[in-house]
Order: sequence, then C-alpha cells, then structure tokens
Amino acid sequence: METVIKTNKLTKRFDDFVAVDEITFEVHKGEIFGFLGANGAGKTTAMRMLCGLSIPTSGEATVAGFDVFKAPEEIKRNIGYMSQKFSLYEDLSVKENIQFYGGIYGLNNKQIKDKSEELIDRLGLHNEADKLVSSLPLGWKQKLSFSVAIVHTPKIVFLDEPTGGVDPSMRRQFWDLIYDAADKGITIFVTTHYLDEAEYCNRVSIMVDGKIEALDSPAGLRQTYSAANMDEVFYKLARKAKRSDN
Amino acid sequence: MKQLLSFIKKEFAHVFRDRKTLVMLFGFPIIQIVLFGFALTNEIKNANIIVVDNAKDQASQQIIDKMEGSKFFKVQKTLMSPSQIDAAFKEGKAKLAVVFPANFNTDLLHLNKASIQVIADASDPNTAVTLTNYVSSIVADYQAQLSPTVSMPYSIQPEVRMLYNPDLKGAPNFVPGVMAMVLLLVCVMMTSVSIVREKEMGTMEILLVSPVKPLMVIIAKAIPYLALSIVNLAVILILSVYALDVPIKGSILLLVGESILLILTALALGLLISTITSSQQSAMFASMLGMMLPTMLLSGYLFPIENMPIVLQVISNIVPARWYYVIVKAVMLKGLGFSAVWKETIILAGMAIFFTALSLRNFKIRLE
Repeated sequence: METVIKTNKLTKRFDDFVAVDEITFEVHKGEIFGFLGANGAGKTTAMRMLCGLSIPTSGEATVAGFDVFKAPEEIKRNIGYMSQKFSLYEDLSVKENIQFYGGIYGLNNKQIKDKSEELIDRLGLHNEADKLVSSLPLGWKQKLSFSVAIVHTPKIVFLDEPTGGVDPSMRRQFWDLIYDAADKGITIFVTTHYLDEAEYCNRVSIMVDGKIEALDSPAGLRQTYSAANMDEVFYKLARKAKRSDN
Repeated sequence: MKQLLSFIKKEFAHVFRDRKTLVMLFGFPIIQIVLFGFALTNEIKNANIIVVDNAKDQASQQIIDKMEGSKFFKVQKTLMSPSQIDAAFKEGKAKLAVVFPANFNTDLLHLNKASIQVIADASDPNTAVTLTNYVSSIVADYQAQLSPTVSMPYSIQPEVRMLYNPDLKGAPNFVPGVMAMVLLLVCVMMTSVSIVREKEMGTMEILLVSPVKPLMVIIAKAIPYLALSIVNLAVILILSVYALDVPIKGSILLLVGESILLILTALALGLLISTITSSQQSAMFASMLGMMLPTMLLSGYLFPIENMPIVLQVISNIVPARWYYVIVKAVMLKGLGFSAVWKETIILAGMAIFFTALSLRNFKIRLE
C-alpha cells in the first residue's frame, strides 16, 4: 500500500505549551482518514503543519512524498484544502470561483473549461452556474467548496470540519462526494466533531491533549474499547483530557 | 503568469461587483473638484456694502461709481448713523460700510488730503481683510486717475505681480491637494480593506495553502486600484484644465510619473495597514485616521506648514502628501522640470520602498 502522509514524532510547541506532542502515523493512498479530537486537542495545529502553513518544532513528516521542512512549496502544489469557513468568494459566480481556483493551481484554459463543466454537471448546478455564490444555500456552498478544493486533482485533500451547520441529509450528500473523490485515488484527511461521520472513515485517529491516543478502523476501535458506537469510544478517551477549550 | 492573470481578473471582479464603492471612488474626486471649484471659494463676489455719502460731490460720486461697477460689491447708498451701521452689521445685512465725510472733494482739492472711513465686520476676519483690500485698491485706482501727471518727488510705487496665479484664484491651490487626497484615499483604504476582507472571510487561509506566492497576492490586489487611480487622476486633470481653467504648465509625463510614485507609496501603506489590522472596519478606520487627517491638515494644502508649531512641522515630514503637494504645485502651476523636484521625488520613492519592505516582511510573518 502506498503511503501519502507519514509523520514521526511530529511536535509543535508554542513557548511552554505543547500543542502537538510527538504524533506518529501513516495515511495510505485513497484512504478516508478521520482526524478526531475535542476542541483544543491539537487537530488544527497538526493539520496546519501538514499543509505547510506552520513549521513543526521537531520531528519528521512527509506529505505526498515531500518533506514539510524542505519542500513546503511542492506540498502546496499536491494538496487541496477546505477550511471551516468555506473557501468561496461570495461576490463571484459559481463559474468564476471554479475559474479562479483552477487558475491559481496552474490549470490551462482547456482544463478549466472541462473541469467547470464536469463539476457543474456532478453538482447539478446548471441553472446556478452564473449566479453569485452568495445566493446559494449553505449545503450547496459546502459541496461546491469541496469540489473546488479538488479542482486540480490533488494527491491529498485536507478538510477541516467541512460539514458544520448543515442537516444530516446534506451531510450524507457531502459524504457521497468524498467517496467519489476517494474512488478516484484522492486521499481524504478529514477532521470532524460529528461522531456519526467518523463511522464513514476507513480509519480514525483520536487526539487527546496533543497526542494520538487511538488509531484504527471504526470497527476495530469499537471492539478495543468495547463500545456500541463511536460516541462511546470518543468519550472513554476524551474523559482523560486535561486541556479544555482554552 | 496564468496564476497571476486569474488572480487579477478576480480582483477586478470584486471591484466592479461592488457598485456602491465604485460610485464612491469615481464620485469622490468629481464632487471634490466641483465643490472646491465652484461652491467653496475664498474669492468674494457681490458682497453687500453700505455707502454713506455725506459729501455728495464729484469725487465721492466717482469713487462710488467705481465701486458699483466692480463685481465685488452690491452697493446700498443710505445716510446711516454709526449706530445704524452697527445694527446693519449685526443683522447681517452688510459686511462693510464706507463713509465719505462732508467736504470730501474740497478737502481733496485744497488740502491735498482727504479721508474715507471704512468700517468692516471683522467677525469673519478673512472676509473683512479681503473687502477692505478691494476698497483700498479702488480708492488708489481713483487717486492715480486723478493725478496721472503730477509726480511727487521721491514716490515709491510697489509693482506687485502675483506669479503663477495672477488672479489669486482658489483652484490652483486646491487641485494639487484634491489630487493627493483622492489618490491616497483610493489606494490606502481600498487596498487595505480588500486584503483584510480575505482574512475576515477565511479565504486568505486557502490562498496561503495554495501555490500562490505572497508577492503575487500583493501585486494582484494592487493592480486594480493602480488602474482605478490612474483613471481618477485623468478625470481630475481633465476637470481642472477644462472646467476650472487650471493649466498644466509643466510636463504631463512628469506629473503622471510623480503621481504614480505617490500611488505606489499609498498602495504600500495600504498593504502595511492590512498586515496590522484584522477586520475591515479597523482597516478603514486606520486608513481614515492615518491618512485622511494628516493629508488634509499637514500637507500644506489647507494650512501653510511654515506657520505650524515646530513639532507639527517635523511630523509633516513623514506625510507623503506633503512632498507630493510640493511636486504637483511646482510641475503643474510653475511649469518646472524634474531638476526642481528631485529631492521630493527621492523622499517619496524612499517612503514607497520603506513601506513596501516593511509590509512584505509583516506579510510573510503572518503565514506562520
């Protein structure tokens, strides 16, 4: 199995505070990797290091085969990213957003045109293609935002709590898109606090106080912690946490 | 290159979608020019004055005729007592009173000396001084007419010439000021707000994760406002030449070049503000307070720098508009070339480089 993310004792320290404490894990190609943890556990900091937004204090990590210390620019070319605040420009149309992100990832005009058509087709946005994003409902914006994050077919896409604030049926549709992308060989690295979504992942890691406390398939985790569902697994682990929100 | 073009295209879309701001950007310079050019002016026309002619002789009549003939005054002839004049001032019916004594002509002819009393409402000192100057010059004019051939021994005649602005019009003074203000406002405020907006919306994070370089973000953000400012500059210059009759005496190329230098300084300042603020409101506030006020008050445009306390004079040195104002007046009104403004140009260029370097440094730190 090909490994696309590999970390070894990756650590981020802010003065005395150890936000991420020697985490070591691997993510395989085409996998949907769930990254769970309470608020303040260090999820976002870990993700930022992998995206090249933040330089690790110590440890090692490679993303898409590139070292986070030596080649952050190469990493940026090979990943996609969708943040909690979704990443679209409200005053641009659906098409213009696709064109912009295609453009900054260096796609040529033909590629952008093909991608736009494919994307609008897949999302069923034919009537909305020239409308401003601000006029779309939240669920659609999130789906579009995800599609835009993988417009350049990256090796890995990082999703930071992508489904906040939408109803379960919308979330189910969103996950269909994620499965589609994974089928095409795009590795999905997703943080979430909806524990039912953790069940959709191939493997799940749970962070507590900057450390990875557990890493296995959802079924494996349920078995290890003799829990009926992911909720129970999570609370059994998170109870140990000393850090709270702030 | 494709990256940059996509980015610039997007920035132009932001600018043109935001109709309200666009109207403001183009409306602002036009309103300023029209206001200063036609409505707000320190020239006084048709001021109400009272003339009390106790003499009613040839000399007094001729002077009054001259006053009525001038465009400055609307003459009301009455026989008022000093207390009535005072009352008229208080009611705001008149700004100035001219009183001829009885025997005015006789005194003039026989004693070679006569006096006229000029009473002005000095609650507005500027108007009072201007009006009394008008009266004095009318009287002097009459005197010269009266004795053209009689030459007094040892007479000194100051021959005053008002260079570069012979009619003492207001427009040549404020056009450079409006130029400085509009260019600074557009560039500083709009650039800082547009970058801070990306931070506020969360899209900045996406840009930082993408292969886009910070320098590219900055260039793409700056180009639409650079273009807008050049359009604004053209509008101001065309309006001032054709609507206000303020000619461009020097090289247009030099004037445009110096203006672009100011625009670059302003863009760098806008960038700097965007790196130290995190909301659109605070960016706007910082631009207003940091740019508008110093530009209006400390550039020499409204108040002469020479008359300021030494502390303010020192502070005025760091206001970019101060140097630009000097340059524009020299090039536009006096028709001077680069050799006359190279010092100011170097100072402005130095500011542009300094602010750009500072903001680039801050911008990179924010990636962490």
